[in-house]
Amino acid sequence: MTSPPYKLQVEDLTVGFGHGRRARTVLHGVSTGVRAGQTLGLVGESGSGKSTIAKAIVGIHPVRAGRVLLDGADLTGLGRRELAAVRRRVQLVSQDPYASLNPRMTVGQAVAEAVDPARADARKHAAAVERWLETVALDGSAAGRYPHEFSGGQRQRIAVARALAVGPEVLIADEITSALDASVQAEVLNLLEELRRSLSLTMVFISHDLAVVRHVSDEVAVLRHGELVEQGPAHDVYRAPQHPYTRSLLASAPTFEEPGASHASAEAEDLEEKEEAV
Amino acid sequence: MRRVRWNAPLVTALAGLGLIALLGIVAPLVLQEEATALSGAARAPVSAEHWLGTDALGRDVLARTLVATRLTLEMTLAATAIAAGAGILLGTGVWVSGRRVRELGLRLIDVLVSYPALILALVIATVVGTGPTASVLAIGLGGAPAFARLTANMAASVAQRDFVTQARLMGVPPYRVLVRHLLPNIAGPLLVLLSVAFANVLVALSGLSFLGVGVQAPDYDWGALLNSGLASLYTNPAEAVGPAVAITVTGVLAGFVGDGLAAALDPRARDTKTAPAQTPAVSAPSHRAPADALVTVDGLSVVLPDGTRLVDEVSFHVMPGEIVGLVGESGSGKSLTAMSVARLLPEGLSAHAAQLTLDDLDLAAPVVDPARLATGIGIVFQDPSASFNPALRMKGQLTETLRVHQGVRGAEVDRRAVEALEQVRIKEPARVVRQYPHELSGGMRQRAMIAAALLPGPKLIVADEPTTALDVTVQAEVLDVLTDINRRRGTSVLLISHDIGVVGTVCHRVLVMYAGRVVEAVSAADLRAGRVKHPYTQALLAASPRLQDTGAAERAPLATIPGRPPQPAARPAGCAFAARCPVALDTVCATERPRLIDDVACHAVRQEVPTA
Repeated sequence: MTSPPYKLQVEDLTVGFGHGRRARTVLHGVSTGVRAGQTLGLVGESGSGKSTIAKAIVGIHPVRAGRVLLDGADLTGLGRRELAAVRRRVQLVSQDPYASLNPRMTVGQAVAEAVDPARADARKHAAAVERWLETVALDGSAAGRYPHEFSGGQRQRIAVARALAVGPEVLIADEITSALDASVQAEVLNLLEELRRSLSLTMVFISHDLAVVRHVSDEVAVLRHGELVEQGPAHDVYRAPQHPYTRSLLASAPTFEEPGASHASAEAEDLEEKEEAV
Repeated sequence: MRRVRWNAPLVTALAGLGLIALLGIVAPLVLQEEATALSGAARAPVSAEHWLGTDALGRDVLARTLVATRLTLEMTLAATAIAAGAGILLGTGVWVSGRRVRELGLRLIDVLVSYPALILALVIATVVGTGPTASVLAIGLGGAPAFARLTANMAASVAQRDFVTQARLMGVPPYRVLVRHLLPNIAGPLLVLLSVAFANVLVALSGLSFLGVGVQAPDYDWGALLNSGLASLYTNPAEAVGPAVAITVTGVLAGFVGDGLAAALDPRARDTKTAPAQTPAVSAPSHRAPADALVTVDGLSVVLPDGTRLVDEVSFHVMPGEIVGLVGESGSGKSLTAMSVARLLPEGLSAHAAQLTLDDLDLAAPVVDPARLATGIGIVFQDPSASFNPALRMKGQLTETLRVHQGVRGAEVDRRAVEALEQVRIKEPARVVRQYPHELSGGMRQRAMIAAALLPGPKLIVADEPTTALDVTVQAEVLDVLTDINRRRGTSVLLISHDIGVVGTVCHRVLVMYAGRVVEAVSAADLRAGRVKHPYTQALLAASPRLQDTGAAERAPLATIPGRPPQPAARPAGCAFAARCPVALDTVCATERPRLIDDVACHAVRQEVPTA
């Protein structure tokens, strides 16, 4: 089976903030990418630069050096007009479902704004709004209500619906389940997986939660202090981490396994795989 | 928009301003002739005919004051509109423009603000000339920078919120971002600002006219009347009183509208219903805790003033040297349960229990000796950056309980602080005690927090989500320190977490909470092995993605729980989980509350036991 081509790539991406003596670089020449229809998991601890990559891709943070490629075309250095058109092809869903929805706009208006940014007429786009809300398993009647009437999980689903209503080719999910309870998180993760399949979305999934990233990703990239330390197919990285930092990350995660058991099982699986390969 | 809660100052002030506005409309129609008629008696004192006397040309002062209302109000409204319009446009406009325009605009506002408004207005007035239009322009433009500065500040906080960023990413044009996202979210404070600005503009306009650079004869506003009244202050003080009172009353009323609006829009000012707290009937002791338990909690309820139970008859115990975990989702009451033990409930909540003791210390008593409480229980909070005072060095904060409650002094304080930091594996403790909190990393601060909790030698540490704000590698260190201290010093720990992985790793025994009740008590070994009985605990485990291969198909959907937990006020009479439970029995589950028997509170499980 041949791998699908890269949908979104960053090459030698360098991002920094501030000027002169206060300047500091947050990303040091990171190169990674996600193939069409797949999910790339970005893991790392706070300050590792995983959110910075997302924000640089969508143009919230200025890129100091390097390239951002969508379908092979460079997005850096585009004019304002061209950028506006490209931006709608890559959408970002952020962590806090309480901050990402305007409290003074109904859910219907919010989704309608994604469909038609200039008018945001919920009545005119009622059919589209209802369809997208139903896509994320919300009742069509939700359109007339305000964000504060929904729970955290429901709001996160609204945020996903709004991002999808734009019709993006790539969805970047930045810690979207961190603020959610375990049972609600499961709902949102299931929804994303379903949507990825039915809409053949390409996704970048950013999280500090290694178990969650494992569950959703085809490939995993591990970041530390703004540098990429390891990238590979998810099952390889989790079964046989190559970089010492990845190993320490995996060892630190609280698990239900008895101490020692995890290493043993990983080795056993490695053997199985080798046998299969033969 | 939030509904405005009407209050007395707001209603009174609005009614007063309405009356003045009505005067402004009616008075010129009715009193115009009287205000310009020359009575022949110049500077006449107060009389039955002329309530405020007459002016230098013998015109009735009261009539003139009333007639002047229209011009004064018109000018004030126009100038306020200019100040607000220009100010709001500038202040919010910078936040929807590009980076460079924004920087430039903010600096421009800074420069403009640094000129006093009245001086700016005087300069404009001298350039444009005198007369009503000129004064309105001068005061309006003079007031704009202050407005711009305040709206820019308010807009800044909104412009940096996620939903504005999202709108930009979706390609919403800047003007729409302004109208749709920025303005509605600062409308409340802007209204307050407007009413205050109205009062300021009124005073400023009157000032201009009073100084003679505003309205010129034959036109007159309150300021101009005040000017002519000043000339006869000693012969007929009433002539100045009329316009002075008018300016003052209108200004004060506008100020009241501002105050009233601020109060009406402030969600925190919502009057809390102070219904008499209903003491729940405390049931007879039902929980048989071992006699040597360190903490015994029996029938604990945490109650809102209106009688709603946020925690509903929870019973458990903590043995000496035991780590007990309280796990549950948000709103399950786990933190309130733990905070009742530490007597740190938020204001308005009260705890009631048949028994709530730490050793022989009654924690449910109305008054507890603060020294015994402070030395008996150590607390570790979630956010290590918020729990230390950034202005004080670590030493003083670590040893506060020692110094205040245990009378430790001098070099002993230093020695104990260094020793405590060593115990939580902080390198170079002698240097760290002299540092400020911001010089420590998040993980170090949280370990220092544990050190502070440990210093008085407590028997129990209550740790409320101690690692939720930390990275996994740092979390592992902090949990390691907690278990190490428990092992070496025998300190009991009550650990609150939403993360079933964390409690499963660290604790000896875990209590699972749901909707304010304990539904299951399980040993950590059973939890790790998935040997849990309650349907809710099982569902919670199934919903969590695993780090290891589980044998399930790659990326198979995770198990979910249909529905939502009930609100505390709507907790059903029976099992709180019944409505979402896959194995609920028709007979009892909806009607009868399951008791915690054999460590599980579930009718269905108990019925299955004999058949299995």
